[in-house]
Amino acid sequence: MSTQTSFVTPATPLRTYASTADLAISSPSARRASDRARAVAVSKDLRSEPGPIRFIIIALAISFLTIFVVLPLVVVFASAFSKGISAYFAALAEPEALSAIRLTLLVAAISVGLNLLFGVIAAWAIAKFDFRGKTFLITLIDLPFSVSPVISGLVFVLLFGAQGYWGTWLQAHNIHILFALPGIALATIFVTFPFVARSLIPLMQEQGTQEEEAAISLGASGLQTFFRVTLPNIKWGLLYGVLLCNARAMGEFGAVSVVSGHIRGETNTMPLLVEILYNEYQFVASFAIASLLAMLALITLVVKTVLEQRLDEGQMPRDESK
Amino acid sequence: MSTAVARRTSLPGFGLTMGLTLTWLSVIILIPLAGLFLKTLELSPGQFWEILTSRRTLNALKISFGLSFAAACVNLVMGTIIVWALVRYRFPGRRLFDAIVDIPFALPTAVAGVALTQLFAQKGWLGAPLAELGIKVAFTPIGIFLAMVFIGIPFVVRTVQPVLIDLDPEIEEAAASLGANRWHTVFRVILPSLIPALLTGFALAFARAVGEYGSVIFIAGNLPNVSEIAPLLIVIRLSEFRYADATAIAVVMLLAAFVIIFAVNRLQRWAQTRIPAH
Amino acid sequence: MTIEVKNIVKKFGAFAALDNVDLKVGKGELLALLGPSGSGKTTLLRIIAGLDWPDAGEVRIDGEDALGHGASERHVGFVFQHYALFRHMTVFENVAFGLRVQPRAVRKDEATIRARVKELLDLVQLDWLANRYPSQLSGGQRQRIALARALAIEPRILLLDEPFGALDAKVRKELRQWLRSLHSEIHVTSIFVTHDQEEALEVANQVVVMDKGRIEQIGTPGDVYDNPATAFVHGFIGESIVLPVEVAGGSVRLGDRPLNIAADGAASGASKLFVRRHDMQIGPAGTGSLEGAVRHVRSFGPIQRAEVALSGGEGKMVIEIDAPRDRELQAGEIISLQPRRYRIFAAQD
Repeated sequence: MSTQTSFVTPATPLRTYASTADLAISSPSARRASDRARAVAVSKDLRSEPGPIRFIIIALAISFLTIFVVLPLVVVFASAFSKGISAYFAALAEPEALSAIRLTLLVAAISVGLNLLFGVIAAWAIAKFDFRGKTFLITLIDLPFSVSPVISGLVFVLLFGAQGYWGTWLQAHNIHILFALPGIALATIFVTFPFVARSLIPLMQEQGTQEEEAAISLGASGLQTFFRVTLPNIKWGLLYGVLLCNARAMGEFGAVSVVSGHIRGETNTMPLLVEILYNEYQFVASFAIASLLAMLALITLVVKTVLEQRLDEGQMPRDESK
Repeated sequence: MSTAVARRTSLPGFGLTMGLTLTWLSVIILIPLAGLFLKTLELSPGQFWEILTSRRTLNALKISFGLSFAAACVNLVMGTIIVWALVRYRFPGRRLFDAIVDIPFALPTAVAGVALTQLFAQKGWLGAPLAELGIKVAFTPIGIFLAMVFIGIPFVVRTVQPVLIDLDPEIEEAAASLGANRWHTVFRVILPSLIPALLTGFALAFARAVGEYGSVIFIAGNLPNVSEIAPLLIVIRLSEFRYADATAIAVVMLLAAFVIIFAVNRLQRWAQTRIPAH
Repeated sequence: MTIEVKNIVKKFGAFAALDNVDLKVGKGELLALLGPSGSGKTTLLRIIAGLDWPDAGEVRIDGEDALGHGASERHVGFVFQHYALFRHMTVFENVAFGLRVQPRAVRKDEATIRARVKELLDLVQLDWLANRYPSQLSGGQRQRIALARALAIEPRILLLDEPFGALDAKVRKELRQWLRSLHSEIHVTSIFVTHDQEEALEVANQVVVMDKGRIEQIGTPGDVYDNPATAFVHGFIGESIVLPVEVAGGSVRLGDRPLNIAADGAASGASKLFVRRHDMQIGPAGTGSLEGAVRHVRSFGPIQRAEVALSGGEGKMVIEIDAPRDRELQAGEIISLQPRRYRIFAAQD
């Protein structure tokens, strides 16, 4: 029930990664409950199909997912280790690789930090108050999800590039934004903008304002209310948003590719280095870096599953109290 | 006094947080996007039209939109089959496969790109047997299509899954009690009630494929007019310092994305009026 | 502490939730705001607490202007309808919250806070639950913890929003008595909102009846029950028989049948006659103003409830009356009815 209502809100525009985020936030409890219901229902023949059809459907689903999703993942690790473990680690120890890893971590720290801060602020304004144009504002926050990554980079080239609006001024003052850390960080902040806010807003709206009002009526200040009452209630949702934000920040390719300038050892993030090495036929080195990113993705998925369970449990007492 | 206090709210911080939100939104999203649209205004309508109708641009847009549409269709069918298997049946590894559906979301696009290329290259695990059959995938439009199928599949699955889970079992039992056989129940009762979710998933997968860059360019071959996608053409124009050309293509793609957002919003509103929230 | 509300107006769009409301609450009172949903009672309570602001008007607590202060500065204890307990804190920490968030300068030391919380948990008789979480409590226990939490800040006034609304009937009855005795123990000026007339009459010593954003009547429970000021109050409190009558020059008619009752100064024109079910005197046919056939009788406890189809008047009118058991009624019997106590109000529409 909660799944459907939260998904089918009129306010939800084009949803990309975060759409699954808030889908998943609201769905586990519903999913678990219906798992039970399903276990009962499936045992009756009424709601199922004949055996052969069932077999074909399962076989199709498994083979499709195996060929299109599992195999590419396996290829990454197989290629990374195709010349042995020492070649793998040698590739990762290259100065260029190390510099890319450093830059990726730095960019992720900047963009996750800022989006965390502003995501929480935006979620507070949107979820805890009523005002006109709320759905429109949420649409605007979601906008980066529907913009092609290349365009997300392009907009900053138009602002800061040599022929951009402020390019000449920046050049005259010797400020480097494009083809440097600030540009890469900006493009990454742009593409990861919605994650934190979008994973908090449905959660905070569902929790309502009663606990905050209670805290205020007991004499708490705004900040005391936030840190002592709101934050403990949203911590798993917040972590969830940060997790997805971080995964995207580290893995972003298109937008960063446009603004980075590909200066070797300086402005290449890990995904960019994967591309460069691949195009230079250094397959082991390319897949070694790619394997790190793939592991990041896998860890993200595992933690995400754990967090979804936490969020699920967090909802239990709330449902009871109604 | 009374008018001054009229606008107060019970919780503090609305003015401050709303102000910061709007500022941050403007700096990161609105001003850069506005810059994009302003840039196109520097072009005369004639120039704009000329760029868009040049053979290379037109072909790139055709390839992007056409293959995205085809890939979204495949996702619609395969996504429905996967959702059905995951929701309605129990089989070994069901939970694992449920988690696997998210990998195209989580895997950085560049990694997906090189992995798919390696897999479907002439000597790759799947490319080699396909080459025996005379099918060349990597560096052809088929490769682009497959990459788009890869990145689009979670959209359909994750949109339809919760709706199928929440579908009231009683409607199936009602259909059966009215004498419908399983075929009729599925195609006349269940699938029709999934239509808004299916269309939403289709639109999301389509939109993502149109804008996709990282997972496609490695396997695409990037031959102008044949296997060059629109996002790549933007990048090429930028590297040639032909900002106007890049901007014109970007604006068209952005407008298409807005149309899709709008369509998805309408779809969801429709779904809400069709199936009252419980 | 006293509360004074003057000319409060609150609009939500075009809808007037509160339409020029005036109210004075004396020191130590236990007052009920009673009305149907949408009558504005909760809005008024939230305005007094500082959780909502009026579009116009004044709120004074102890003579001091309250609208200039936010909820956190008003020292008002508020008990929320769904309790709003902090779900991530133990019962103990919930009650201690108001003491822990005080400015450093006035904050008590830990030992004093612990002692105070212990005292409050004793007061609500739930000290054994101190280390539980809200989700582990029953509804009635949550309600009492919410009350203890509100009392922790030594509020000047106590406000309760539908305090028993979310509880089942049995717990509700127990808590009503408990709240009344608690009030007589701590004697803090209190207002509670309810839509349940029985609750208001049983617990409060002053009842304010509200409808459509206006106050219909203020009085003691006995007052509002026995002397309803308006047709709304008569209809809302206690069960009433309502008959459409015509008043002309001091006489009252039901259809073409004159009723042998005084108009009591009611203005001429279409009116409504209100009679409590048990205020109908039953007699043999031909002895009262009204006459009808008993259609159905149910007996329970000390009364019998009869459905009577009135003769005369326009169309078929069926009323329910309560009669004592000493005169057995039979289905099919023709009886006469005479209102003992009644009120006549002008028909509004």
